[in-house]
Formats: sequence, structure tokens, C-alpha cells
Amino acid sequence: MAALDAEVREGVDRETVETVQAMAGKYKHGWETDIEMEFAPKGLNEDIVRLISEKNGEPEWMLAWRLEAYQRWVKMEEPRWAMLNYPEIDYQDQFYYAKPKSMAEKPKSLDEVDPKLLATYEKLGIPLKEQMILAGVEGAENAPAEGRKVAVDAVFDSVSLGTTFKDELAKAGVIFCSISEAIREHPELVKKYLGSVVPQSDNFFATLNSAVFSDGSFVYIPEGVRCPMELSTYFRINAENTGQFERTLIIADKGAYVSYLEGCTAPQRDTNQLHAAVVEIVALDDAEVKYSTVQNWYPGDENGKGGIYNFVTKRADCRGDRSKVMWTQVETGSAITWKYPSCILRGDDSQGEFYSIAIANNMQQADTGTKMIHLGKNTRSRIVSKGISAGKAQNTYRGLVTMHPKAKNSRNYTQCDSLLIGDQCGAHTVPYIEVKNNSSRVEHEATTSKVDEDQLFYCRSRGMDEEEAVALVVNGFCKEVLQALPMEFAMEAQSLVAISLEGSVG
Amino acid sequence: MLEIKNLHVKLEEEDKQILKGVNLTVEAGKVHAIMGPNGSGKSTLSYVLSGREGYEVTEGSATLEGEELLEMEPEERAAAGLFLAFQYPVEIPGVGNMTFLRTAVNAQRKARGEEEMSAAEFLKVVREKAKALKIDADMLKRPVNMGFSGGEKKRNEILQMAMLEPKMCILDETDSGLDVDAMKLVSEGVNALRDEGRAFLVITHYQRLLDHITPDVVHIMAGGRIVKTGGPELALEVERNGYADIMSEAV
Repeated sequence: MAALDAEVREGVDRETVETVQAMAGKYKHGWETDIEMEFAPKGLNEDIVRLISEKNGEPEWMLAWRLEAYQRWVKMEEPRWAMLNYPEIDYQDQFYYAKPKSMAEKPKSLDEVDPKLLATYEKLGIPLKEQMILAGVEGAENAPAEGRKVAVDAVFDSVSLGTTFKDELAKAGVIFCSISEAIREHPELVKKYLGSVVPQSDNFFATLNSAVFSDGSFVYIPEGVRCPMELSTYFRINAENTGQFERTLIIADKGAYVSYLEGCTAPQRDTNQLHAAVVEIVALDDAEVKYSTVQNWYPGDENGKGGIYNFVTKRADCRGDRSKVMWTQVETGSAITWKYPSCILRGDDSQGEFYSIAIANNMQQADTGTKMIHLGKNTRSRIVSKGISAGKAQNTYRGLVTMHPKAKNSRNYTQCDSLLIGDQCGAHTVPYIEVKNNSSRVEHEATTSKVDEDQLFYCRSRGMDEEEAVALVVNGFCKEVLQALPMEFAMEAQSLVAISLEGSVG
Repeated sequence: MLEIKNLHVKLEEEDKQILKGVNLTVEAGKVHAIMGPNGSGKSTLSYVLSGREGYEVTEGSATLEGEELLEMEPEERAAAGLFLAFQYPVEIPGVGNMTFLRTAVNAQRKARGEEEMSAAEFLKVVREKAKALKIDADMLKRPVNMGFSGGEKKRNEILQMAMLEPKMCILDETDSGLDVDAMKLVSEGVNALRDEGRAFLVITHYQRLLDHITPDVVHIMAGGRIVKTGGPELALEVERNGYADIMSEAV
């Protein structure tokens, strides 16, 4: 089995290189769906918050929670400590709610959803029919023979279109639905956990999200259940001048396991669009959650025009003893990325892992990393970050590792590698380390290198063209992180790595 | 097969002439050896032929089966059938040896408009050829040249050559850093590839490699030119008397 896996992976690298060759470069998800939309009025005020809550058919307590967040938000200031340079965002010049008109009556099942919307996801290669494997991923047919099911929640602008495999998941006791549905159907769980990892007051963007989040995914895995398939949410921003504010809440009860995937794309536009999401994960005793993201928002053009501003708060609370959370992210898109998926290692013997590939090309700016907060005894964390900068991009790793006084015998290992392509880009590493007990150990290794001309020449002398050579070398550089991704995602990620770097050499 | 005429080459960065009018014709099916002291321009010749950056051709030409090589990109030269076994094979972290080989084989096939090799066929062929060079499964899986010993690196170059089946093979000091056993393995690998349609240019300091790979023609290079050409006995003469006699003779 391991050998087969290895061979499939060997094949994957090659498929990638071919896929990349076949694509005529450029951002391939830049098209838009022409569909009639219903917008809330532009701008943000209390009435908009009330309107969003009403549209979602929310109970009073949810509205109260949102309004409290809104009141906090108006008094807060946007953080400016990141190594990011962008013009002032006019929060009154955005739409905070956009929903396809055909979704006015919530369809009972995906069969009733507007065919235009279904076609959008089909074009993106996201299976909303209950297929065995992710469609549109080349080479997926080589995946291990037992078949892999992936349940999908499709979020289009502000609303969830529906989720797949509901019945099969329900049999296992797993709840996988949109967060708006969870607020209506499972209020006790939402009340207990929403905001318990990322409080309303956490930061400017998380507070904004708390006030205006329109939809997102909700996952509950009951005690002792290993989720029978991978779960995924696919976010698509379509409408112009519209922010997407989704909220995801994942709860893994004692001894539960789930692997969750998140994908994102947006049309190619000249204007910047705001995306401010919050993801909260709760892992109770012995629970394990793997959260993988392939972020492919539109990055803007080579002159820095357009693209998504991505301000995301993702945090996991390893609340239970021996719980484990693993974040894996491949960040290739967005004009601006501000994102630090973190783990609070509260339970004794809990573990947090963070694997990241962040690619910034052209005028993209990324300030991303993680926080590992060690509170419990014998907690472990591992950080592997691979930053790749090309064009005139700036790429910053920002990380915090803290060992609290009670986190005795805890360990952290951090590895930050930066790769530079060309001579006009920048890579920065900003690690913060705080150790408040003397039995814990923190290790940090960092390297910065340039794509080696000798490596490229070696590849080319064997017959590969320059872009193929760069793709191969860069994929090699990212190998450790790519291997941490689920198979289907690994393939998509590899081709993305290559596409994102097109035009970066020569 | 390979025809080099009056080739003059200087370094791009500094005004230093390295090759000062090299003339050389290698016929199909033949093995030519180039010997010469350090700094005579042997390695430069191999780099210029394979298209490495940093050199400027100021005069002359080099053709492979009548096609002008010097205007092609390195990958086009490879697809046209040129192969250079590197003196110092490059390490590529994270890229599996097998992936590298397969990408290279199929890139060349694609460039020539041929059908790509299927995964199954590739595996079969690579295992067979690796076995002959005593390259085990582990070495095929490890990242390209990472942590390979000197001998392993050179054997790996020969494996690439065997997989790519080039028409014109240039071996740049393939014997350097090899012990007797490794030299034997590498030479056997090269000899197995000798055939009527393929030519070799073997660059070396020492006669000992030529004990294993018997050349048809031996050239002595010095000061950026070929100063003497002869049969295999010329290599033995160098071995006995060094380069000094030949060089003074040539001047």
C-alpha cells in the first residue's frame, strides 16, 4: 500500500508538469457566472446586520450576538502591524450580502438548485453529485482502489447551495451542513461552541465577520466516530464589490476524527474584493482534526490591479487531552494574505501541526504563519513553512510559539524555508518565541535560498523546458508540505504551485 | 554526427577567450576521447555544446546531424539527441529520481512529437536499466543525487543516458572521483550503449578510463585548441610522458 502510494505520487509530479503545460497559463478560474442576484444595500450598519440575520431566518439570540459584535467593531481599528501595503479599505463601499435570486426559497436538495449554479461548480471541477472522487483532478483515477468519497458544501457568495452525502453522513451521526442551517437546527451546539475559540472581540476582521457572516460550514463529529469520508467546503466569490464573510465551525467530540478540505476561487476583476473569514475548530479528548486549504483566490494582475484581500482568522482549540489538530495550507492566490492558522494546545499531551506553502508572484503580498500556544503539559507542535517569492512579491512568515508556565515538558520544532525567484522579490521571517518554563524546548530553523541556476540547467539539459524545470524544482522544495495534503488536494496543489509561478523566469 | 568548426568561445562576464578555434568531427558509431591538462578548455567545450549560460560564441559553428546546435535552447539540444554526463551532477532536493527521469523522458518524446511512455512501461524499462548499473530501488526513489556518493552520482548519469537514448553522448570527466569498481560499472554501462547510430565524446584527464572504454580517436586539447589527434596509442603516450612533449611539439 505504501509502495503503491509512493508510485502514485511519483506519477503525480509528472501529471502536474503536464497539466501545467496544457493550461495556457493565467488564472483559470477568472470567469464569472451570469446570474440574477439579490443584494443587501451597500455599506454596513445595524440594519444590514439585522437584514442578514433575518435572511438567514435566525433566532433572536443569534441576532443579539451579531449586534454585540457590530457594536464592538465600530470602535475597533484595523490592524497595521503586518508587512502589507494596501490602500485604505472603504467598508461602506461593499455589499455585505449577495444571494442568487433563485435561492430565495431554500431548495430542499441539490437537485432543485438552479442549473446555472450547478454548472458553475461543475466548471470548477467540484462534484456536487455524489461521486466517488473529486472530478477534474487529473490522475485521480490512479488513486487507491478502495475509492475516496468527499462530501461537499458549496458556498456561492453569501449562501450555501447545499451539501452532498447528507444521508450517509447522518447514518454515522455526523452533522455536516451550512452554518445557517446549524443555527436553526442545532442551536445547542452552535450556542455552546460559536465564538469559543475565536471570540467576537478577537481582532478587527474576526469581529467584522461575527457581525456579518452570511454562511459557511458546520461540522459535528460525535464521540468515537471516525468520519466515513472527507468533508470539504468550496467557496466561490462571484458578485462584484461583494465581500465574502464565511464562518466555519468544526467540533470533533471525544475520540472523533475528521479530515476537512477547503477550496476557494473568484472571478478576475479590476477591483479588490474583501474576504474575511473565521474558522473555529474544537477538538475534545483524543479527537483529531486535519484541516487542509488550497487557497486560490484571484491574485490580481501582474501590475497589482484587482485581486482578493484575504483577512482570515483560523484557530483550533485542542481542548481535550491527547487531541490533535493539523493545519495544512497552500496559499497561492489573493492580492493580500493575512492569515495565521493557530493551535491552542490546552489539553495535556495535545498536538498541533502547521504545514504551509505560501507563493507570492507579481505584486502579491503575503503575511502568514501560525501561533502555537502551549498551555497543557507534554504538548507538541511542529511548524513547516515554505515561502516562495517571485516577481515583485513580498512574502512574510510570522509565527508565535509560547510555552506557558504550566506547559511542562513541551516541545516545538519550527522550520521556515524561503525560496526566491528573481531579484525583485522579498522574503521575511518574523518568529516570536516565548518560553516561560524551563522543561520545554523550542527549536527554530530557517533558510533562504534562490532557485539555483545549476538545477535549472541540469533539468533543461535533460529535455525539460524552463517552466517545467522551475515547476519541478519548486515542487521539490515544497515536498514535505505537499505530502501532508490528502491525495486529491496534493495533485491540485502541485499544479497550482506551477501555475502561480508562470512567467516568473526568463 | 557532431561537427565543430573553428569554434571560438569567451566568458560572458570577463573578456577571456577560452576556446580559440576548435575543429572536431565525430562520426556516428565512433568513440572520440579528448584529453588535456587543466584549463585547456575541455569542460567549456562540453558546456557550450549543451547550452549552458555564461559563454559567448564569438566565431564558428557546431552542428548535430547537420542542425546548428548553438542557436538551440538546452532542452532543444537534448530533444535533438545531445546528452551531457555532468562532471558534477546537480542535487535537486525533494524531486524523486524516478520522477525526474520520467519527466525528462516524456519531455523529450513530446518535443519530438512521439507518444509518451506509459507509467507501467517506464517502470519496467527503468528497473531493467537500473539493475545493470547496480542502482537499487531506494536510489531510484531518493531525491535526485541527494546524498549520493560520487560513484552513485556518476552511475545515475549513465542511467539517465540509458533512458534518454541520445545520439551524441558527451562524458565530462565521468571518471573523476571513481574507485576501480565504480569505474568498471560506469564503463560497462557506456559500452553497452555503443552502437552504430550513436557517438561518444569522452573527456578525461587520465588514460585509465580509456582502458575500459576503448576510443577510436584520441585528441589532445591545450590552450583552447586541439593540438594533436591520433589513435588509442596517443593516450598511452600521454600516460607515459605527460602533456609537456606534445604541447611543445605542437607549438
